[in-house]
Amino acid sequence: MKNTGEKVPDNKGHFGQYGGRFVPETLMPALIELDKAYNKYKKDKNFLAELVLLQKDYIGRQTPLYLAKNLTELIGGAKIYLKREDLCHTGAHKINNAIAQSLLAKKMGKTRIIAETGAGQHGVATATGAALAGLQCEVYMGTDDMKRQSLNVFRMRLLGAKVTGVSIGSKTLKDAINEALRDWTANVHNTHYVLGTAFGPHPYPMMVRDFQSVIGKEARKQILKAEGRLPDCLIACVGGGSNSIGLFYAFLKDKIRMIGVEAGGHGIRSGKHAARFAGGSIGVFQGCKSYLLQDKDGNVLGTHSVSAGLDYASVGPEHCYLRELEKIEYTYATDKEALNAFELLSNTEGIIPALESAHAVAEAVKVASSMPKKSIIIVNLSGRGDKDVEQVAKIKGITL
Amino acid sequence: MSNISLVFDKFKTSGRKALIPYIMAGDPTLAATKKYISALEQAGADIIELGVPFSDPLADGPTIQRAAERAIKQKVTLRKVLKLVSEVRKSTDIPIILMTYYNPVFKFGVSSFVKAAVKAGVDGLIVPDLIPDEADDYIKEARRHKLDTIFLLAPTSTPDRIKKISGASTGFIYYVSITGITGSKLSAGPKMRRTLSSIKRVTNKPVAVGFGISTPEEASSMSGLADGVIVGSAIVKLISQGKDISHFVRALRKAI
Repeated sequence: MKNTGEKVPDNKGHFGQYGGRFVPETLMPALIELDKAYNKYKKDKNFLAELVLLQKDYIGRQTPLYLAKNLTELIGGAKIYLKREDLCHTGAHKINNAIAQSLLAKKMGKTRIIAETGAGQHGVATATGAALAGLQCEVYMGTDDMKRQSLNVFRMRLLGAKVTGVSIGSKTLKDAINEALRDWTANVHNTHYVLGTAFGPHPYPMMVRDFQSVIGKEARKQILKAEGRLPDCLIACVGGGSNSIGLFYAFLKDKIRMIGVEAGGHGIRSGKHAARFAGGSIGVFQGCKSYLLQDKDGNVLGTHSVSAGLDYASVGPEHCYLRELEKIEYTYATDKEALNAFELLSNTEGIIPALESAHAVAEAVKVASSMPKKSIIIVNLSGRGDKDVEQVAKIKGITL
Repeated sequence: MSNISLVFDKFKTSGRKALIPYIMAGDPTLAATKKYISALEQAGADIIELGVPFSDPLADGPTIQRAAERAIKQKVTLRKVLKLVSEVRKSTDIPIILMTYYNPVFKFGVSSFVKAAVKAGVDGLIVPDLIPDEADDYIKEARRHKLDTIFLLAPTSTPDRIKKISGASTGFIYYVSITGITGSKLSAGPKMRRTLSSIKRVTNKPVAVGFGISTPEEASSMSGLADGVIVGSAIVKLISQGKDISHFVRALRKAI
């Protein structure tokens, strides 16, 4: 394992050759203002105390680290622990970031927050943060996604947010991000953009990582208490990469195997997937330099995954950097493997995972079987699967 | 002096302002774009800004987004746009600027792209999602091959950014007249006057104003504040409706 002593990102958001700020000039003052505000408040005792209180009493942290005994026995290999982010308020890790950014927006004197959403989880989390902080909220969502996730659209509206459909391009997450960036370009004076993952222009990849790193900090303490030692392996799914970096970050200095699981869709050769490392190349997209699924002319390719939260053409720049340093390895699980894991965890443990998290469970099942019984794996169960139940029924040909 | 600088230099004494119309290459076809370029020149354009279609044009409003979608459907790529420019060069010397997002350039390879662009007869580049802070290699290559690098300044730009962007720009500086995307509603108020004069205090490079200028009247009021006027969405809209553009461009020419 290579090791570099440099601190990332640098003050312009570079993780080695990745990251940075590739945005229209209009947004630069807003990004600089956000960077300054974040650097100020992350050291501000009052802000941190307020955040910790909300994490505890509102989100419901700390989330449990649960030893999945039935699954472990069934596989017959390493002990599998689940970090239960699915038990967070609103049902996924997304709230960790959304609440923190809403609080930050309020401190910055912004009156309105906007967000993009794919499956609707980040949209719901941001609408929740807005309701809590007393801010106006508008969420951009591809019209195709709105059809697929009508329940989450209604949830956001119930929370007082305006949901605006985006009917251009592929009508999915990437188009919603373009539209949110356009809105921010026009309304920077009173608006903060709550980006939902560890992606985009600096300072987002760093800030979202920091707000999600509570996952790994807790898990580290919990496993030391439960087992008296660190785990042998960490596994998390990677869409934009916020739940995975959130788990991994506290363990980066330890010599632990870490695996990020991308969406393999129908398989890499089919072209219908969202495995940026297995099928992409370096590019510049939506604010940063990273791995990107693109054609030979630099246009961004359509992606596919059964899980909307992983269905995205690029990936957080820090992941590219950590992959290059060989600190994290990346693989993928196909739709089929994820669906099998979805049912397996439901059956054996009574926990219905989000289809995103099911990708991590699928990899854990593979890895655990080849590891000795005394070894330990932590899987980030980033979200609960209630939102996916309808879709899975449909895939199985069951009419509800 | 570059071809673009010559245009502004020529107008310095006459008080005439540069008219810079924008069209999307390949909308509706590359052959049509060729005809539109010649129509624009005949109607009084001084510099042509040619859009390169990209799948995710985040600085553009709906009009240009749809134009890019149409061009991509025609399989128009950065390479094909360069080929178009080299063909157009057989019949005209009018300065041509490409407006392209950064990823197609990055994928092409910054150094090979700059060389290919100059070889095709491109005079300058606007890359709306590339700020000088990230552009060291691009600027170095462009200087070496004498390609103008036109960076964008926004109403939100702070004094130190104005300084940085003015310094990195050659040919002219592109002042984005609105805090928003292309084709939005324009408001030429005292704030714009203040920003433009603060730019003028920092640099003597020409400044052209664009984003949201859709009528000869607006072009006229802008031309009082700047050295050039860029009109895009309004022309692209006419093209999308299959209407004649010469009449409108002539009216713009008269107005500035």
